[in-house]
Amino acid sequence: MPSLRDVRRRIRSVQNTKKITKAMELVAASKMRRAQERVAAARPYADELSSIMVELMRRNPEYKHPMLVPREVHRRVLILVTTDRGQVGGLNSNNVRLALREINSAGVPVGIVTIGRKGRDLMRRLRKELIADQSMLGDRPTMGDVLPAVRVAVDAYVDGEADQVDLVFARFVSTGRQVATLTRLIPVEPPEDAPKIPADFLYEPEPKDVLDALLPRYVEGQVYRAVLENAASEQAARMQAMRNASDNAEDLIGDLTLTANKVRQSTITTELMEIVSGAAALEG
Amino acid sequence: MAKLQVELVTAEGRLLSREADFVVAPGVEGELGVLPRHIPLLTPLRPGEVMVRNDGDEEFLFVAGGFLEVLPDRVVILADAAERAEDIDEARAEEARRRAQQLLEEQPEGIDTGATALALERAVMRLRVAELRRRHRREPPPTVHVE
Repeated sequence: MPSLRDVRRRIRSVQNTKKITKAMELVAASKMRRAQERVAAARPYADELSSIMVELMRRNPEYKHPMLVPREVHRRVLILVTTDRGQVGGLNSNNVRLALREINSAGVPVGIVTIGRKGRDLMRRLRKELIADQSMLGDRPTMGDVLPAVRVAVDAYVDGEADQVDLVFARFVSTGRQVATLTRLIPVEPPEDAPKIPADFLYEPEPKDVLDALLPRYVEGQVYRAVLENAASEQAARMQAMRNASDNAEDLIGDLTLTANKVRQSTITTELMEIVSGAAALEG
Repeated sequence: MAKLQVELVTAEGRLLSREADFVVAPGVEGELGVLPRHIPLLTPLRPGEVMVRNDGDEEFLFVAGGFLEVLPDRVVILADAAERAEDIDEARAEEARRRAQQLLEEQPEGIDTGATALALERAVMRLRVAELRRRHRREPPPTVHVE
């Protein structure tokens, strides 16, 4: 039987833990809302870029920019987006598992660009080939924060050091669901759901110059959006993880309180027995 | 007179969405002025100044590059980065200008000259837009309509 003091101390400790997880849950919930707003704010730019690109390709089917043409794959680059901080349930391990499966089944060398500390640390421990890293972006990543890492990947493709670039991040489906997602970045596949442009453009200088300027930005925009979505997923996952932790703490407190009462009860019973039997002994 | 609906969006969000009579943007082939009923046009932009005029009231913004899309009913500027003139951090731009200039003069090993020249252009244009805005505040423009 544990002593009553020990059990009570344990209850206090769990209560304190619960206060922390509860607070983290609330913080994550409010950060998630803001992260979702940022994802929504990025949409007009991405949609507009997609429309222009589709329009340009429709109008110039004969022009093939190198970033649009698949070539034989000898080397690949994978951009892995993870969070900088933990307490996010299985979010990062799902992303990493998907990335590793892709790397191990690629059959060609894969260079890795990490955005986020968790992915970087893991890939480093596994001695995978890290070619660039951009971590500790905080809660409000800007395009400028993400750009250097993307440039490394794009340059690798343009210089012929890689023939395909992929991206892994946690897609935000809903507050309760975030899905590790793999998408191909380069060669660029034109988006199918882009809104149509109702105009016959005059291009200045030439359509192909516009397309040349557009493609790198399209790729950068996609990575930036993935980083924003991953940030929203991070907060959603943390909120869920902390809610579970708070619920578990609640259960544990219940169990411990029961134990404490039992211990107290049995101590009283023992003392009573001692008094009664002591008195009986005196009388006898 | 018809109006233009002007939108300036960056990857981070929408910076501007308003009516205007006249828009000036720094196209790669030179400054472009857009009035209502302009022919649909698509061009990349250089780093520079965007001016939006509405009823004689002028607003200045800096764009770091991007695209200008002129549609029948609106003008969309897709900027790599953009700031309102009054939000420009001049000390930071000045520092960036100094650094870029130094790099270009010293030409250390392994430097990307093109990228540095572009960084210099960005910093210089940022400063110019901020400067323009300051001058603008001292002498408000005449409120005549330019048709």
